[in-house]
Amino acid sequence: MRDSTTPVLRAEGLVKTHHGEGAPAHAVRGVDLRVTPGEFVAITGPSGAGKSTLLHLLGGLQRPDAGSIWLDGECTDGYNEARWAVERRRRIGIVFQFFNLVSDLSVADNVELPALLAGVSPKKARAAREELLAELGLEGKERSMPGELSGGEQQRVALARALVNHPPLLLADEPAGSLDSKGTREVMRLLARFHQRGQTILLVTHDARLASAADRVISFFDGRIADDAELDGGAPPRRTGISGVLELKD
Amino acid sequence: MRLPLLALLARGPAHGYELKQDLEQLLGSAYPQPNVGQIYVTLGRLEKTGLIEGEDVAQSSRPNKKVYHLTDAGREALRAWYEETADEPRVRDEFFMKLALAPQTGLADQIALINTQRRQYLNTMRQLSKLAAAEDRDNRISHLLIEGAMLHLQADLDWLERCQEELEELE
Repeated sequence: MRDSTTPVLRAEGLVKTHHGEGAPAHAVRGVDLRVTPGEFVAITGPSGAGKSTLLHLLGGLQRPDAGSIWLDGECTDGYNEARWAVERRRRIGIVFQFFNLVSDLSVADNVELPALLAGVSPKKARAAREELLAELGLEGKERSMPGELSGGEQQRVALARALVNHPPLLLADEPAGSLDSKGTREVMRLLARFHQRGQTILLVTHDARLASAADRVISFFDGRIADDAELDGGAPPRRTGISGVLELKD
Repeated sequence: MRLPLLALLARGPAHGYELKQDLEQLLGSAYPQPNVGQIYVTLGRLEKTGLIEGEDVAQSSRPNKKVYHLTDAGREALRAWYEETADEPRVRDEFFMKLALAPQTGLADQIALINTQRRQYLNTMRQLSKLAAAEDRDNRISHLLIEGAMLHLQADLDWLERCQEELEELE
């Protein structure tokens, strides 16, 4: 399957080195990656492993020093800032750890804005916003300002904003990184639900609970892919498995 | 299983099958179905050591059932159980010993061992997520049990990450 379909996202030979104070930091050191339609992929690894940089490269928020990225088979090498900004409205939705909502716009405006910027009519933008907010359990919050919401609610608004233009790819950078355990579970549940409906998702997280919602987990260490595993969630290979984990010992 | 059964009997007399049902109801699908045979065996042992006493109760169309109640000694054992703190989870487990000894055997690569172990933990984590999603939302005890298992697994995964960071530097 994976080879016969055009990947939503393909990267080859990505390299990114940060030149700050002190020694250069080799954040991404030669990454090849394919994400096919409908896949839910998580990238995990310790902080400082370069996984956020990788996601920024894939979303065009930073440019690689070497390597190329293809969106739906189209090479992005020639894209400038403006073109990437268009793609981030059309083909790529992004959610961040700190939500990045526009603080002086209402919840409704935050969600509708990317639709309006993409040229959708105000009427359609409003309908899409209403549908998403209902779906995410945020009815009645339309007029609230982001600062009046809990972290979990803000992240749900951010999710609505990222999905309002039905992008083929959703990128999520530590989406539960500033949420409590309950908020984390909520984000997990929502990502799993959108994925079930066919949304392609690439998630970066250090939280293994969140990563386990994906059906493929890439372990990222020191700027490189250390392991790339499909999670089957099927029967455990060993004697104890899940019941061993839950067993009360006498 | 001994002390949880004593704890269930602290509320009042019950027979083996009732105790199995009580456990299931309390812990929900998170807890692997307690084996009724194991419960009867444990009750037999508890009776032998004088912590509970059984009484045969006649049933019209079925064999007699045995109803157990807690003895004073049983109540004392239970009290002592609650006064003790529980042991910490074990860290020096089988995987750790494999990892620590791998270089000397020449039979396994440490990073490969870590990767394989991580895959298993992640799969188990995924099963726990599914279990949590399927469990009755109102069964708090069950959800706490699943969440506890997930947090332990998360710690194990973090620890694998540390092992990988340290051991890759040596390579």
